[in-house]
Amino acid sequence: AKTHDALWGRLDAVLGRAERIDAAVLEELEEILITADFGVKTTTALMTALQQRARSAELTAEAVRAVLREEILALLRAEVAPLELSASQPFVLLVVGVNGVGKTTTIGKLAQQFKKQGRSVLLGAGDTFRAAAAEQLAIWGERCEVPVIRHSEGADPAAVAFDAAKAAVARKVDLLIVDTAGRLHTKVNLMEEMKKIHRVLGREIAGAPHETLLVLDASTGQNALVQARLFQQAVGVGGIVLTKLDGTAKGGVAVAIAAELGLPVRYIGIGEGIDDLRPFDAEMFVDALFAPPARSTSEQS
Amino acid sequence: MFDQLSDKFDAVFKKLRGQGRLTEAHVTEALREVRLVLLEADVNFKVVKDFVAAVQQRAVGSDVLKSLTPAQQVIKIVRDELGRLMGEGEDNALDLAASPPVAIMLCGLQGAGKTTSCGKLALRLRKDKRQPLLVPADVYRPAAIEQLKTLGRQLDIPVFDSAADADPVDICRQAQDYARNHGFDTLILDTAGRLHIDDTLMDELVRIRMALSPREILFVADAMTGQDVVNVVEQFDARLDLSGVILTKLDGDARGGAALSVRAVTGKPIKFVGLGEKMDALEVFHADRMAQRILGMGDVLSLIEKA
Ligand SMILES: Nc1nc2c(ncn2[C@@H]2O[C@H](COP(=O)(O)OP(=O)(O)OP(=O)(O)O)[C@@H](O)[C@H]2O)c(=O)[nH]1
Ligand SMILES: Nc1nc2c(ncn2[C@@H]2O[C@H](COP(=O)(O)OP(=O)(O)OP(=O)(O)O)[C@@H](O)[C@H]2O)c(=O)[nH]1
Ligand SMILES: [Mg+2]
Ligand SMILES: [Mg+2]
Repeated sequence: AKTHDALWGRLDAVLGRAERIDAAVLEELEEILITADFGVKTTTALMTALQQRARSAELTAEAVRAVLREEILALLRAEVAPLELSASQPFVLLVVGVNGVGKTTTIGKLAQQFKKQGRSVLLGAGDTFRAAAAEQLAIWGERCEVPVIRHSEGADPAAVAFDAAKAAVARKVDLLIVDTAGRLHTKVNLMEEMKKIHRVLGREIAGAPHETLLVLDASTGQNALVQARLFQQAVGVGGIVLTKLDGTAKGGVAVAIAAELGLPVRYIGIGEGIDDLRPFDAEMFVDALFAPPARSTSEQS
Repeated sequence: MFDQLSDKFDAVFKKLRGQGRLTEAHVTEALREVRLVLLEADVNFKVVKDFVAAVQQRAVGSDVLKSLTPAQQVIKIVRDELGRLMGEGEDNALDLAASPPVAIMLCGLQGAGKTTSCGKLALRLRKDKRQPLLVPADVYRPAAIEQLKTLGRQLDIPVFDSAADADPVDICRQAQDYARNHGFDTLILDTAGRLHIDDTLMDELVRIRMALSPREILFVADAMTGQDVVNVVEQFDARLDLSGVILTKLDGDARGGAALSVRAVTGKPIKFVGLGEKMDALEVFHADRMAQRILGMGDVLSLIEKA
């Protein structure tokens, strides 16, 4: 497919062609990183690191590869642990993000995973705004046989959160996951609404939400940085879910977010199916950044 | 939405102006910054490269350097090229000149805003005295049909009664018959979100296209999308021969480089922009306004006056 020239492939082309790692090669490397949505700032930082190494020693193609990999892994804080449900019972998970990134779908996938681990799960349909949002979550609930607390469309989402928290305590579930409506981080009233949901959960269950996951679409460009910053400021994000990595977008902005905000990526979404969620693996992520071009589904079968 | 971009351009040009008479090196340096600004705004790097090269060529090839107001000249060239790239002066109106029922098909990646835009389009067409029928052809996403039905109820616009176990191509065909028999002159087809590399689902769109020959095939793009949007839209265009683009979620602070990228790569007009979740938050795209917005023309004009 003439879709996405893979980073590795292009690196090889650039490096193979070059006699030595000179300014022109570095500039091409810079463009390659930009194309993966690393952003100008992170790309510049990586290029500086490369140039420093190049000054102290003649850099081979292999070395360039190793340095880039190493630096990106360092930015990702590869040692970060996956989401652990702490002793708190019920453990409350709040899921937030801008419109259409994959919040509701991710909740369905998470419910399935924790259910499979033998945990009891309850879902709260905190999106009372978007057409058929609660319906959508209810279908996910049916798929993984998990109950869903929902109100009618247009109801106060904080009231849903309240009822869901009460039900989670009464039913002694291990995990409550609360869905929220998509909201752009620039919309003050919607961000306030989200803070209220957050507060209500905390009032009903000590320490809740115990984790707030920010869902980001891997195809998002540099705007994801602002999203992360503002959601972080509003409700204190604990980690990121990077969705739609089954496309050809590389999600490079997650590296910038990890570097600038120190937010770990906890999960990745790799499809629309119930099992298409994986714990984030920094090494695999970096390898995928550099993987051969995505093949079309028909070629694979 | 383009405030930051305007500010950056502004800074670049203030710097240029401070130079007095310009040399070719000055232009090159300013354009380097223009390049960075555009990259930060998520404009695809190939598009940026072409853009910068075009500006450079015009700036150096003309009498800019000899002119008394070189900064102004460069600003003007940047602005003109941007306008050209955004399709300035083109007619972005929907083309529905075909025997009814005319079909409009929306397509794009998951979560871009297709279903919402279908509702918005239906509302707009009804205001134009047309009789739209909304057609839910997304049988994959949970509650996708219900989502469109809910929007139809809110708008009091009829929605074809699709079943989630039917084939999307059949749904569209049946909806066309239904429209013919019930006096609807416009079909608005809501298709499921799909990846451009998913051949099976891309084929499905091609089959809908063959069955209904939609007069408009609109690619719905999220304004927050990054560098990859050019790969995506290229593939959709190659398979479907798009007629235009709807750019959604412009009510946020996304710098919207996708607008430039998509337009430059397909050459297809951006017909509408989505400016919110509500059904009336759809506006006609104005290339000149967008280009002016990118450059913060108010500031630029005052700069030209001062220079
Ligand atoms: N290819 C792919 N699609 C995904 C993934 N995750 C979610 N989607 C799709 O993205 C679209 C949006 O997903 P939702 O879960 O409804 O997103 P949301 O954030 O809840 O959306 P709003 O509530 O409207 O803000 C749906 O079509 C999902 O099937 C993923 O990992 N890969
Ligand atoms: N702020 C804002 N939100 C929008 C706009 N257009 C759509 N949305 C929101 O984006 C999310 C996804 O919209 P949908 O219409 O469901 O997107 P879709 O492309 O049909 O999604 P799939 O069918 O899952 O592929 C919803 O939360 C919408 O309310 C817009 O212009 N501005
Ligand atoms: Mg949702
Ligand atoms: Mg839809």
